[in-house]
Amino acid sequence: MSLGGPYYLTLAAVLFTIGGVGLLLRRNVLVMFMCVELMLNAVNLTLVTFSRMLNDIGGQSLVFFVLVVAAAEVVVGLGIIVAIFRRRKGATADDLHILKG
Amino acid sequence: MLHYAYIIPLLPLAGAVLLAFFGKRLGNPLAGWFATLLVTASFVVGVFVFLDLLHRASSNRSFDQTIVTWIPVGGLQIKAALLVDQLSITMVLFVTAVSALIHLYSIGYMHRDPQFSKFFVYLNLFVFSMLILVMADNFVLTFLGWEGVGACSYWLVAFWFDRDSAASAGKKAFIVNRIGDFGFLIAMFLIFSTVGTLSYSGVFGAVGSIGPTTLTAITLLLFLGAVGKSAQIPLFIWLPDAMEGPTPVSALIHAATMVTAGVYLMARVSPLLSHTASSLNVVAIVGLATAFLAATSACAQGDIKRGLAYSTISQLGYMFLAVGTGAYVAAIFLMITHAFYKALLFLGAGSVMHGLHDEQDMSRMGGLRKFMPVTAGTFIVAWLAIAGVPPFSGFFSKGDVLMNAYARSPALYAFGLLTALLTAYYLGRIVFLTFYGPERWRTSGPEEVLPHESPAVMLVPLVILAIGSLAAGVIDLPYANLDYLARWLDPLFGSAERVLTFSTGAKDAFEVADGVVAVTGVLLAGGLWFRRWQRPRLTPVFFQRAWWVDWAYDTFIARPSTALANFSAYVFDNEVIDGVVNGTATLVRDSGTRLRRLQTGYVRNYALAIATGAALVLAYVASRVGS
Repeated sequence: MSLGGPYYLTLAAVLFTIGGVGLLLRRNVLVMFMCVELMLNAVNLTLVTFSRMLNDIGGQSLVFFVLVVAAAEVVVGLGIIVAIFRRRKGATADDLHILKG
Repeated sequence: MLHYAYIIPLLPLAGAVLLAFFGKRLGNPLAGWFATLLVTASFVVGVFVFLDLLHRASSNRSFDQTIVTWIPVGGLQIKAALLVDQLSITMVLFVTAVSALIHLYSIGYMHRDPQFSKFFVYLNLFVFSMLILVMADNFVLTFLGWEGVGACSYWLVAFWFDRDSAASAGKKAFIVNRIGDFGFLIAMFLIFSTVGTLSYSGVFGAVGSIGPTTLTAITLLLFLGAVGKSAQIPLFIWLPDAMEGPTPVSALIHAATMVTAGVYLMARVSPLLSHTASSLNVVAIVGLATAFLAATSACAQGDIKRGLAYSTISQLGYMFLAVGTGAYVAAIFLMITHAFYKALLFLGAGSVMHGLHDEQDMSRMGGLRKFMPVTAGTFIVAWLAIAGVPPFSGFFSKGDVLMNAYARSPALYAFGLLTALLTAYYLGRIVFLTFYGPERWRTSGPEEVLPHESPAVMLVPLVILAIGSLAAGVIDLPYANLDYLARWLDPLFGSAERVLTFSTGAKDAFEVADGVVAVTGVLLAGGLWFRRWQRPRLTPVFFQRAWWVDWAYDTFIARPSTALANFSAYVFDNEVIDGVVNGTATLVRDSGTRLRRLQTGYVRNYALAIATGAALVLAYVASRVGS
């Protein structure tokens, strides 16, 4: 048995909202980072879903680009987070507002 | 020999370049002798070229020598080419001759000056520019020489630039001349756009294809250039001030050669001028008005050099009167004789100043003939020559001009004769104030001045010029077969030249009238100024200030312009321009100060802004899709 497209889209919307709310409400940099990933993958899910629904391979190939960019972003982002952890005890995003210059 | 014509201007140029580099090493007086030698050599080459030209048939006396194509731009092909013909070689001969004598004189006059060699660099450069001016075969090269003499004039007027008055006199000469140069430039643009060439032969050959209005415009614009360079109304104001320069400069540039460049230009474009009667009338009237105005002003000057300067302006006016009446030969004749006697007058004045420790005020001279017999004698010869007393050269040259003026209009003649009377009178006044009457220099000033005659190196040029002033008339005597200059120049001017149809008796009557007027002027000056040296009623301020022309320029042009410049610099620039610039900066800074509050540094704020923005965009898109 297979589920229809709207189920996947609803799941993606739920995941995106969880990610967005988490990003806005949490203070831990690592958790915020995971929330961003959650949102990205929610979008990926919609892309794949629409690709299947509309029978258009374009959506799926776009997902690959998102994955690659996300991987690159993870490298940079985790690097920054590691650097922050080396200098400080914790990793609270609000503490870093002094970086605004 | 014609093919060596390029050597004539090359020699003074070489002199200027060599003296610029090695002048200091050559020192005083060797640098001066070197410069004199080169100009003399230039004169000698000129004589040979002249003789070569003389051997040719009179219809074949024009030789064009291209040195290099100077400006090759599409249809505009301007060559650096020399034109050797009757007119240019005449100019070359008298320019180099007078220049050589004045170079020689300068060795004595400038011998105490610390910038001795620099002076001769400028003098040689001037002679080069002047020769380029007269020998050029197209308008552009003439303009190069025209600007060259202007630049040298500026440097030499302001030669003693540590004196404030000399520096500003130099600037005045330059700026006033720019107005004339503007006319010259526009005329060249017009010629090129009409005819498509700028060489003299090309333009004169195409004179028939130029419309009458354009032709009048071209000639009047060229005349504007001549008015600036030759100090005519309304641009004559720079010449009296230019007397701030060393006296040999006044003699060479501001009396004998450069200021006659305007007359030369008018004679050169005679094929254009002769086709436009209105331009000719303008030239004649401006010339005569200048001659009269300057003569009256010369009657009231207290400074010997300023008196001579106004006399120069007046004589140049005569030359333009001749050009305007179509008497080009008479104009050139007067130019040559004037070069002799006016250079002599200036050099004589320089000799007087030399002997009196640079005194120029005639109220502190008097009785100098006993101390400076040679200077006094030659000065008096020059006076009689410029006055037109027979048989001095001025008698013939001025008589020629006046006769042609009569043939054009008796009114021109009457004013010309009146001016001739004034000429004899005002120079007589200068002679009597300087060389006769009570000795007024000892009483003045704390130092006692002992006048002395100048050294031989200064007196030799005076004597040679005196001989020239006395005898230069022989080149164009108004008697059968003795009018050498007229026959020499006639093929060049051709139909442009006015043909006089007076009978022999009428010519004699003119000569008698000229002679009587000249002698009357001389006697008038003697009667009024021989015993007295102060006559305030005869020297009104109106004439001293040259009819207030300079004052009018100052009040109506110079001061309002200065006020406008001050307004632009201190009000408009400071308030408006700076206001806009500073206002932009303040606006950016203030808005930045306000907007920076948005940058909190809290990531959640940014994320919220992104989310809100995305939501708004979505809402907008949704609303558009829905409708």
